[in-house]
Amino acid sequence: MKPNKKATMLLISVTALALSAMAEAKSRDTIQIAGSSTVLPFSSIVAEEFGNNFAQFRTPVVGSGGSSGGLRQFCQGVGENTIDVANSSRKIRPNEVEACKANGVKQIIEIKIGYDGIVFASRTDAAVFKLEPQHIFLAQAAKVPQAGKLVVNPYTRWNQIDKNLPDQDILLAIPGSNHGTREVYEEKVVIPGCESLAEINTLEQSEAKAICTATRNDGRVVEIAGDYTEALARLTAQKETLGVFGLSFYEANRDRIKVATMSGVEPNLDTIIAGEYPVSRPLYIYIKGAHIGVVPGLQEYALFHISDTMSGFGSVLESAGLIPLANAEREQTQQNIKLKASL
Amino acid sequence: MKIITDKSIPHTATLSLVQQKVIASLRHRQRKETWFRRLGYSAVLISLALVAILFANIFSKGLPAFWQSAITLDIYFDPQIIAISAKPERRADELTADYQQRFLAWQTEVGFINFNRLITDSLQKLVPDGTKHKRDLARLVTSGERFALRDMVVAEPSIIGQTRRLNLLTDANIDVWLKGNIDRSLPDEQQQLSANMRDWVDALAANGVIKNRFSLALFMNADSRSSLASAGLAGAFMGSFYMMLVVIFLAVPMAVGAAIYLEEFAPRNKLTDLVEVNINNLAAVPSIVFGLLGASVLIGWFNLPMSAPIVGGLVLSLMTLPTVIIATRSTLKAIPPSIRQAALGLGASKMQSIFHHVLPLAIPGILTGAILGVAQALGETAPLLLIGMKSFVASVPASPLEQASALPVQIYLWQGNELRNFFEARTSAAIIVLLMMMLSLNGVAIWLRRKYQRHW
Repeated sequence: MKPNKKATMLLISVTALALSAMAEAKSRDTIQIAGSSTVLPFSSIVAEEFGNNFAQFRTPVVGSGGSSGGLRQFCQGVGENTIDVANSSRKIRPNEVEACKANGVKQIIEIKIGYDGIVFASRTDAAVFKLEPQHIFLAQAAKVPQAGKLVVNPYTRWNQIDKNLPDQDILLAIPGSNHGTREVYEEKVVIPGCESLAEINTLEQSEAKAICTATRNDGRVVEIAGDYTEALARLTAQKETLGVFGLSFYEANRDRIKVATMSGVEPNLDTIIAGEYPVSRPLYIYIKGAHIGVVPGLQEYALFHISDTMSGFGSVLESAGLIPLANAEREQTQQNIKLKASL
Repeated sequence: MKIITDKSIPHTATLSLVQQKVIASLRHRQRKETWFRRLGYSAVLISLALVAILFANIFSKGLPAFWQSAITLDIYFDPQIIAISAKPERRADELTADYQQRFLAWQTEVGFINFNRLITDSLQKLVPDGTKHKRDLARLVTSGERFALRDMVVAEPSIIGQTRRLNLLTDANIDVWLKGNIDRSLPDEQQQLSANMRDWVDALAANGVIKNRFSLALFMNADSRSSLASAGLAGAFMGSFYMMLVVIFLAVPMAVGAAIYLEEFAPRNKLTDLVEVNINNLAAVPSIVFGLLGASVLIGWFNLPMSAPIVGGLVLSLMTLPTVIIATRSTLKAIPPSIRQAALGLGASKMQSIFHHVLPLAIPGILTGAILGVAQALGETAPLLLIGMKSFVASVPASPLEQASALPVQIYLWQGNELRNFFEARTSAAIIVLLMMMLSLNGVAIWLRRKYQRHW
């Protein structure tokens, strides 16, 4: 038997292939995106349409990892093996901009792509919730003020917080701290709810903030590190759970979950555009200015993302659950992209 | 074994004390054995039941997803809608770059055509009150099909002016509705389809215009998010395929070479022992660690592209190496030394004795080990998440350097898709495809072992 010659040839050719692969890997022509799982469905649709409509560019690749994860990758530096676009469901933080600059990412173009609502939802067969921000704070806090003193959160059922709420165990599935949604949840619901209590306002500001955002750890509040399907699985397993979802996720699963009203307003496109529903937030994509002109199609992708046909009223993204920008804001953003206006 | 029953035991009075003791302890020991057997049976039964439940669950959910509702339409490629110039032909004296530029300009021109109108025009003939609800009408067919029509025109411009009967995929929510994956009795506000769409769909399904057809999209298309009904496994499959190529051509020869050297040539000393211990340790390293290594070394230092099958393949190769080395070494160990001695005795060199006599006998065992290693690599997910392969990739990769996903990662991605009613079934279908591939790989391994097995 003489397979050895062939085998040697094979080995050599494979090694050559691997080496040439390493040499060839220098030029990247596909846009790389990572970040928020809230923005991911929207960006994926844009990426796909972009690839289908622009024959000269390749379809961008969209990764997840949460807003913080995406921005961390974004700020790792400039070059082929770093991402071009970070999706974020919150504004970039000053310390992240600094980290970016320290690693050579000097030109960061911020693009607001639209708005998204955050809803509280429970299983369709569970009780109906009419929530106020204060209810959520009292349900999730580690310590609550009672009779002028801070005590360990005594509430175990919703109707102990407010007799109009259902007689049901308190179980909350909230987004983990890697998600941008968590920040909005705290800013728009928990902190306003906390500050509506008279006892908190007498405290010093830093102390108040710590009390407002500390969550109880007796198992009644669960942080979901994964995406909304993980939160949905919680609801499926435990009927009493109240979960935090994106509006678009709720829209796609209306047969399984129902939303709670917040301060008497039901979340939907109209109430969010009108500014009546309080828990909404802008969604962003961040473009690496230094990659424009290096990675083909990057600027075009950004412009396409916020074009009227992709994300305006009656567009694909609107039907996927994104709340469009007002026209003036859209034009301003388009101008920013063209001028490469950096943060 | 003959079981001693109560009847066969003689009357106690006739037995000696020793015999009585033996009989008493015999009962006790037999009872113990019976219990042990029962425990064993129930362990087997429970595990079989669990596997059966798992399979029943996956297959009952996943099998229907291999058929998908499609609508049969007579599409008229209206020249008034598709008003484009003639497709550029390459002239003999033209440079490639010039031709490509002209072709690109033409493609851009085609890109401006609204192919959805071809579909809605055809639908209006089937749905009389469709003109009143144009938005709903446009939602009947999944949005990606307009690109299918465009590609038909690009491939064959002479189609303009003709009518073709085509099967187009319906929207994902229509598939969900017709399969009963959403509760049909739910009120309007909990439904995904509007009331008139539901009526149209039921009528069209009754006429046989909308039918469940075998879903080629599942196998031919890459993943999709803008047109959920056309999401397929082709991209992930090619990604996995390229990774397996890298593993087969890199890990397997390297592992077999290392095993032959270690088993046949390496001197027995402390260094070899150390290498051996470390290979065994490497086999026990959790796979996610290899992913971290790939992210920092291959992507960070060697500047290999992110989300590329070549990186995935290299990472999985590292993971597969120890498995194949260990399997190959145990096969070589099992070959009787008499074969080596006979070869050496007839004047063969050490190398000849191994490559002409030992290795051919070991090949079935080596192949089995290699295939099992590859199958393990095929199902691996964790390291791929860390090298950017859990990204959404909407194209089928043409080479191992292009961005891709992998089959197990695709399962993970579909599991996270927000349209649960549609993707629960789709995810199970992807699991079935992956399971079938694993089973056939393991089947090949068993077949090879049976076919070439030798006894001494």
